[in-house]
Amino acid sequence: MTEIRNYTLNFGPQHPAAHGVLRLILELDGEVIVRADPHIGLLHRATEKLAETKPFNQSIGYMDRLDYVSMMANEHGYVLAIEKLLGITPPIRAQYIRVMFDEITRVLNHLLWLGATALDIGAMTVFLYCFREREDLFDCYEAVSGARMHATYYRPGGVYRDLPNKMPQYQPSRWHNEKQVDAMNANREGSLLDFIWAFTERFPKCVDEYETLLTDNRIWKQRTVNIGVVPPERAIQLGFTGPMLRGSGVEWDLRKKQPYEVYDQIDFSIPVGVNGDCYDRYLVRVEELRQSNRIIRQCVEWLRANPGPVVINDHKIVPPRRQEMKDDMESLIHHFKLFTEGYSVPAGEAYAAVEAPKGEFGVYLVSDGANKPYRLKVRAPGFSHLAALDEMVRGHMLADAVAILASQDIVFGEIDR
Amino acid sequence: MFDQLQTLIWIIIKITVIVLPLLILVAYVTYAERKVIGYIQVRVGPNRVGLKGLLQPFADLIKLVFKEIVVPSRSNPYLFIIAPILSLVPALIAWAVVPFSDGLVLSNINAGVLFLFAVSSLSVYGVLVAGWASNSKYAMFGALRSAAQTVSYEIAMGFSLVGVLMAAGSMNLSQIVAAQSGGIWQWYFLPLLPLFVVFWISGIAETNRAPFDLVEGESEIVAGFHVEYSGVGFALFFLAEYASMVLISVLLSLFFLGGWLSPFEGIPGIEKLFAWIPGFAWLFIKTAFFLFVYIWIRATFPRYRYDQLMRLGWKVLIPVTLVWIAVLGILIKCHCPPWFAI
Repeated sequence: MTEIRNYTLNFGPQHPAAHGVLRLILELDGEVIVRADPHIGLLHRATEKLAETKPFNQSIGYMDRLDYVSMMANEHGYVLAIEKLLGITPPIRAQYIRVMFDEITRVLNHLLWLGATALDIGAMTVFLYCFREREDLFDCYEAVSGARMHATYYRPGGVYRDLPNKMPQYQPSRWHNEKQVDAMNANREGSLLDFIWAFTERFPKCVDEYETLLTDNRIWKQRTVNIGVVPPERAIQLGFTGPMLRGSGVEWDLRKKQPYEVYDQIDFSIPVGVNGDCYDRYLVRVEELRQSNRIIRQCVEWLRANPGPVVINDHKIVPPRRQEMKDDMESLIHHFKLFTEGYSVPAGEAYAAVEAPKGEFGVYLVSDGANKPYRLKVRAPGFSHLAALDEMVRGHMLADAVAILASQDIVFGEIDR
Repeated sequence: MFDQLQTLIWIIIKITVIVLPLLILVAYVTYAERKVIGYIQVRVGPNRVGLKGLLQPFADLIKLVFKEIVVPSRSNPYLFIIAPILSLVPALIAWAVVPFSDGLVLSNINAGVLFLFAVSSLSVYGVLVAGWASNSKYAMFGALRSAAQTVSYEIAMGFSLVGVLMAAGSMNLSQIVAAQSGGIWQWYFLPLLPLFVVFWISGIAETNRAPFDLVEGESEIVAGFHVEYSGVGFALFFLAEYASMVLISVLLSLFFLGGWLSPFEGIPGIEKLFAWIPGFAWLFIKTAFFLFVYIWIRATFPRYRYDQLMRLGWKVLIPVTLVWIAVLGILIKCHCPPWFAI
């Protein structure tokens, strides 16, 4: 007699729905999943170990590359941990800038998530609509830091530089004539803040547009409602954070529960789901897009009215202005010391966490008083979400596994680190 | 002897005259698809090869033809090679009975509908054989899904055709179109509206197009049954898919939208105004409309799940057809005007 065995399917690492390099061993009974075994580590870049060999500031850029879809939120967690050890607080304007860019990052992340999830479930047009809006936000990144993705903009003690007064503009070229360029520059006449303001004006309508394609779509609902249900107690036990936890109906958001920077002065609400299925997680994230838009608007209004320093004036930590270096010996020494050996952080340990778009992004930092971290540990939200994948997909079909994986918003940069 | 040879040559010429333009049309359906989806998605689509990218289909074809044919290890090479042919040939044979205009048909047989039905069911073998011969689990999934899908939707499709047969009283495609003459309200999409919709949906499912493209469900089973194919093999599957798309669109126009008949027939004044347009052009416009909707649907809807697709087929479409066939029987028996008033 032949033995009947389940079908084992190797899902990934080269798979269009694997969101990077996930290797998933699926045991299938027909199309029904009996067991899912996620294999990780294919994008391991030893970020934590690398950080031990570099002065503190040089690792900020590595943080961008952890969760490469929510760049500045990662920087924020790292910078907060250093600030905690140094015992410094950035100026209020820098805090507003950070909050604004954290929320821009959240919009960036959720837009990519929305597009990729829709694509995984088969609705491919949403993806390109989302990318249209992401393009504008990348321009904000570029205007402020020079890089479109990996900004390295936050610094312990503030941000690298103030927001530009002039938004960069397109120039006519072989591909775009004068008239097209004028249309492309329509929102770029003023400062960066004007550009962001114009974006927040039109963005809610764009979200409505995505929602008309998905929210009430019968096929979309059939594919997401009651798929991958996680009850609230179980979500807490599994260490879920962010939209995954809120989708299950637990009202937990670090921005409200342990406010950092100026979140306690800003008016916004936390959406929570009811059933804890893929559809609720989708609704939570879409509502977060709208809430982030609200936060960005409040920040823009405040930043317009209140100019000021964007970084602390302690040249032991922050390099002096270029101008001062020209005729001030001390500034030149500060500059030289900072760019050769960096600054030393008092011995001790600190854990700082931010509400990154995917959940709680935490950085645990141990310093022995040197100019490099003794140990850096990153708490990536996606790690505990992925760990729950097996539990979430059991008994569902192959197509649901894709929907569930997508609803977790997995990015391998942060999981493998 | 000489007579037979002459007939044979004449038939071959006719086949060439049908198949060549058809293949060019199929090539441009792919181009249209990329352009239309491009504009729906705020992109421009192909615009590099030739004027406005018009030569893109040929560039793709040349690329695919010159690619190496990779036969996977431990697969069945004979079946692997024969599968794409098995799927393209039925998609082309079906055109033998399709009338392009009044009397313009390769073989005007009386069992045309039956022939179409038989041939279109054959195309599933190409997919099944390809999935089995590839020695790949993804391809196997694609093949299994395809078999189940085609079998269930064939039934709904068959039942909606029964309605057409009842209304027209003939299995000859030319006569079915002729029975619809006498103005736009005589076309069968009105009395057979539920069957028209069912046939349309089943047609999309039958050709494995979005939102029923589970067979090649990109995000689940990568490319499904043709995951291991490259070069010419892939090109043949591609051609077969689009040829059957065009076929379903033509059939929809023939069965429900009056084929080559002008929509202005029987309207005094306007009828004369449009009388110079050949019937062929009307058929083309109607087909193009259905093809456009195919593309539009693909750009808009998410994909169904396997069991949901089955549920839709068995629990919604088939009961609808059964009920409407009964209703239709009563309508015909009672000579319900304006359609069955004879």
